[in-house]
Amino acid sequence: MIALPILLPLLFGILSLFAWQSVRWQKTLSLAGATAQLGAALWLLVTVQQNGIQHLPVGSWPAPFGIVLAVDLLSAIMVAVAAVVALVVAAYSQVAIDPPRVQFGYYPLFFFLLMGVNGAFITGDLFNLYVWFEVMLMSSFVMLALGGERPQIEGAIKYVILNLLSSTLFLSAVGLLYNLGGTLNMADLALRLPRLESSGQVTLVAMLFLVAFGIKSAIFPLFFWLPASYHTPPVTITALFSGLLTKVGVYALFRVFTLLFVQDTAYTHIIILVIAGFTMVTGVFGAAAQTDLRRLLSFHIVSQIGYLLMGLGLFSQPALAAGIYFMVHVILAKTSLFLVAGIVEKMDGSFNLKELGGIYSARFGVALLFLLPALSLAGLPPLSGFFAKLALIVAGFELQQYPIVAAGLAVSLMTLYSMTKIWNEAFWKEPHDPAHRPAHKPISAWLWVPTAALVLLSLLAGILAEPLLNLANQAAAQLVDPSIYIQAVLGAMP
Amino acid sequence: MVLLLAITAGVLFASAIYMILRRSLMKILVGLLLISYAVNLLLFASADLIPARPALVAADSLLPPATYADPVPQALILTAIVISFGLTAFAVVLMRQVYGTLGTDDLYEMRCTDVPCQEVEIASEEELLEEPL
Repeated sequence: MIALPILLPLLFGILSLFAWQSVRWQKTLSLAGATAQLGAALWLLVTVQQNGIQHLPVGSWPAPFGIVLAVDLLSAIMVAVAAVVALVVAAYSQVAIDPPRVQFGYYPLFFFLLMGVNGAFITGDLFNLYVWFEVMLMSSFVMLALGGERPQIEGAIKYVILNLLSSTLFLSAVGLLYNLGGTLNMADLALRLPRLESSGQVTLVAMLFLVAFGIKSAIFPLFFWLPASYHTPPVTITALFSGLLTKVGVYALFRVFTLLFVQDTAYTHIIILVIAGFTMVTGVFGAAAQTDLRRLLSFHIVSQIGYLLMGLGLFSQPALAAGIYFMVHVILAKTSLFLVAGIVEKMDGSFNLKELGGIYSARFGVALLFLLPALSLAGLPPLSGFFAKLALIVAGFELQQYPIVAAGLAVSLMTLYSMTKIWNEAFWKEPHDPAHRPAHKPISAWLWVPTAALVLLSLLAGILAEPLLNLANQAAAQLVDPSIYIQAVLGAMP
Repeated sequence: MVLLLAITAGVLFASAIYMILRRSLMKILVGLLLISYAVNLLLFASADLIPARPALVAADSLLPPATYADPVPQALILTAIVISFGLTAFAVVLMRQVYGTLGTDDLYEMRCTDVPCQEVEIASEEELLEEPL
């Protein structure tokens, strides 16, 4: 049952709707649902790893005609990481989300968001991908605006308008591609597009997809909605968004630019590489100028997207493998950083670096929870970020793409700089106002245990770098050879 | 026919983008509506528009008639219309909320999530309080 990652969130979303009146029931359901989801995701990962690509023709319509769900190793890895993030955030939400937000449907939205994300990961049909994107966006719109505080509303309006525009572009691209290929099944398209005479039109549509998914995954120069909106909702929601939403956009880019648009890689993938460089650099410079913890981390999301694109733009098996491993690393590290930011805010009542201070002397444990993922993000050995960047940079050297390698290394240094800035301001320095010291009241275990678990997982991703890179390498092997995917979905090659 | 559809879709796209680039939220909403119409027309034109019979399979045959109109884009448009209806409904409610919370529909006064503008925020709230009801 490869549809479980879609059906389980749907089921639990509906159950939480039935428990609309009871905050306690919804919280229990969220934990149960996220745990079940994680179990299903891990089972899927093991199955796909052992038995190859799984597919399910929905409604038993044969492959090129009906909608097909297809899970290759990349999809399975993404579903698994998403499930980890979901479980951690569900546990963290137990005390971090205020009861009014729960009463206005935080948990049903949480599950429907998860359903959209998983659907986007496992669908094998381009129009169906659009539908899952909309499911995901709709939930995220409401989640972002839930609570109706002034900054949230301002952030939501920008987020909504730009994402609606991007969906429209996506839909136009789907229409144009249907006109060219005569099908929407991705495997079938991959088979037909190389046979077309007008490869120029295909490249044109590819660029339209790049813009549409680019807005969703916040690449340069289309990322402005992200730092304008991600810091406005409660930090739990930001953590969920940072772990899942932009990564769905990147996943979609990985999917279409390895399966469908590989005819003219000299043109398309060089553009992706240039964008990757600019995304890294602008993101990290944007972060350097920020004094609000959440805004700073939001800019870092943009910067890290650049590394993911670098893996795609280099377009060799080692580079794609490095990109996939980087994706796992960045989702774990980034989400835990936002969760730590939430704990800091609970202790000190602020996200402003100028007002914060003294966390290190007040609570050593919280400082450690921040330090590990922060250093991992900057790429210090022996943490996961080091191995991810090493693999990317080795892949870059192999292909002799020196400018992007240089950009990647320089941005690492800048990342370290802004992480040090947070460390100095929030954790190490004594607060300017002695009355404004972090409170010594105990931190709820619902806050720090999930965060610590996620940090531990991120550590494990560094220690187990070799098996994980091997897994990513298998996933990349499926990506560089589309015939495996086509054969799995369509049966025998015609 | 295709030419007519192409021109109509193009004009709709152009007007929609013009409207989206304006400052007033209401005009942006109109722009978003127009652009979804434009895309629906584009989807409609993505099947080759030919005078043909509907893709109905006769009772005694396994195949549709020799020339038949492609039904897929119409199914896509239906789905797209439903989705854009839902999204637009949400956008309208959100914009109403914006007007209720901020008292303006001018995007230029919604920069507080982009630039630090505590001073601006306080000033505009005072202005709001001073305004006669």
